[in-house]
Amino acid sequence: MPVTIAIPAPLRQFAGGQSQITVEAKTAGEALDLLTSTHTALRRHLFNDQNVLRNFVNVYLNDEDIRHASGPATPVKDGDTIMIVPSIAGGAVVESEVSQTLPELSHEEILRYSRHLIMPEVGMQGQRKLKAASVLMIGTGGLGAPVGMYLAAAGVGRIGIVDFDVVEESNLQRQIIHGTKDLGRRKIESARDRLRDINPHIEIETHESRLTSHNAMQLFRNYDIIVDGTDNFPTRYLVNDACVLSKKPNVYGSIFRFEGQASVFWAEKGACYRCLYPEPPPAGLVPSCAEGGVLGVLPGIVGAIQANETIKIILGADDLLINRLLLFDAWPMKFREFKLRKDPKCPVCGENPTITKLIDYEEFCGVAPHQLPPADPKLEEISATELNARRLRGDKLQIIDVREPHEFEIARIPGTKLIPLGHVVTRMNEIDQNVETIVHCKGGVRSAKAIEALKRAGFAGRLINLKGGITAWSEDVDPRVAKY
Amino acid sequence: MIRIGEKQLTEIRRHGIQDYPYECCGLLLGRYADGRKFVSETYPISNAREESAKRNRFLITPDELLRGERYAREHDLEVVGFYHSHPDSPAVPSQYDLEHAWPTYSYIIVSTSADEARDLFSWEQEPDRSRFNQEEIQCQ
Repeated sequence: MPVTIAIPAPLRQFAGGQSQITVEAKTAGEALDLLTSTHTALRRHLFNDQNVLRNFVNVYLNDEDIRHASGPATPVKDGDTIMIVPSIAGGAVVESEVSQTLPELSHEEILRYSRHLIMPEVGMQGQRKLKAASVLMIGTGGLGAPVGMYLAAAGVGRIGIVDFDVVEESNLQRQIIHGTKDLGRRKIESARDRLRDINPHIEIETHESRLTSHNAMQLFRNYDIIVDGTDNFPTRYLVNDACVLSKKPNVYGSIFRFEGQASVFWAEKGACYRCLYPEPPPAGLVPSCAEGGVLGVLPGIVGAIQANETIKIILGADDLLINRLLLFDAWPMKFREFKLRKDPKCPVCGENPTITKLIDYEEFCGVAPHQLPPADPKLEEISATELNARRLRGDKLQIIDVREPHEFEIARIPGTKLIPLGHVVTRMNEIDQNVETIVHCKGGVRSAKAIEALKRAGFAGRLINLKGGITAWSEDVDPRVAKY
Repeated sequence: MIRIGEKQLTEIRRHGIQDYPYECCGLLLGRYADGRKFVSETYPISNAREESAKRNRFLITPDELLRGERYAREHDLEVVGFYHSHPDSPAVPSQYDLEHAWPTYSYIIVSTSADEARDLFSWEQEPDRSRFNQEEIQCQ
């Protein structure tokens, strides 16, 4: 088919000065090949070294961009006109200035990151920015696992990890950075080995300690971005305040049961965690994942979002999760988003901050570490071994288990009656007030609440809390009772 | 060599200041003659697009260019080049600019800040695509 190719004015000098050339071809690609085989000097302005149409060069068949049809394979008809139209690029000048100070990539790294490099949003500059960047991860648990693995894989040059825990069996349902072979190992070591295996081109720094008001500022100083993967309020406020005071972005994520949250708290550019939640909830009101459970895949999703935002911050992307709180519910599979606003009265990032250095966050959140439940002088307690001894002696006792039925199915102390916490008051008449009553749950928190609720409801009998719950029973009395 | 009127240069500078801190862009319409370019009109394009698209992206899409070319043809003109601004950076093309250009066209770059336009230079790509050469601007 004879088709006419219109030669754009600036390229006519490479086509013998002609403004249009007619060739016989079946497809648009064939037409361009014929054109550039007769006018070879044209080729380099249309195609790159890999013989692919340059990305700013657009080919229109009549009025349609062939990219929206079948590309070079788009068939042509007799009398069609092909037009070659450039797009005009800009930008990138600032990048090229920055680039002089960025580290170079080795050949191995170029191969490894090729899927990044071919996207203009990352490219060589972006990948070198990733290599130059440093990120501190607080925690290598459910959230820290995907964060660390994706940041390592993406080529973030220096990753710091803070944790003080050891890998336990119950971690493995979601903390995919650790494996069965790592049980009992220190988490930072297990995580370090896994990240090194993913990417040997990056540096990994381990900090085996609990993050505290004493070490936070010192630790944060050496990193560009902080990723919060913690599971408790004191550390969350500590991370927030230390980020505000050191002017660093805090990539936040949290998870509970089926629900997750993510945001970027960066006081320099928007709201901080305290603008959203000025005060922590009363201690014990919000259960932890250990008490309430968590869907294993949930931290994978939320942590991947944190990794995503971290990479975007490094690349200098717009549209970060700044002033935006993303809520995710895995059960109905729904994302929602709330707008956040910087609070001018925020005690740490507001106009007249009252918090100008780190405080005691355990006290601020009303919890003392490892002292659960909150000390109630009137609460009578018994240890697992003592309870066992009394049962063996034949003391008359009744044991009420206030956990949920699905927990009861996992493990139970023999000879107990199940009344879940939510029903304990309405089913109070099922508990004999004339017999000494031991109340237990998984760890001792819910049972303490149950005792309080029963007393308030007028229960007259003697109520005793099993210290450490069924977990203590399993540890100290009967290891055949499964721990979960 | 490119010939352009003081009026058109002023329009380019003003456009650059107006769009700061973003890049402005537009077409240079005129005629080719004797290996030179004569600009008679500027055709501003930018820049009502998404904030995110304003960085490291194509400033002028092929559709916009086609629209500009149609306008040019109706006025018996041709697209002889393009202008864009470099907010807070020198009026020098980047490697990225080089890879996304054709020879013959004039690429005018103006360095801008919040309240003034600084240097303004015109650039032309070497026919083998290896570099940009600064091009003489003759002001009419």
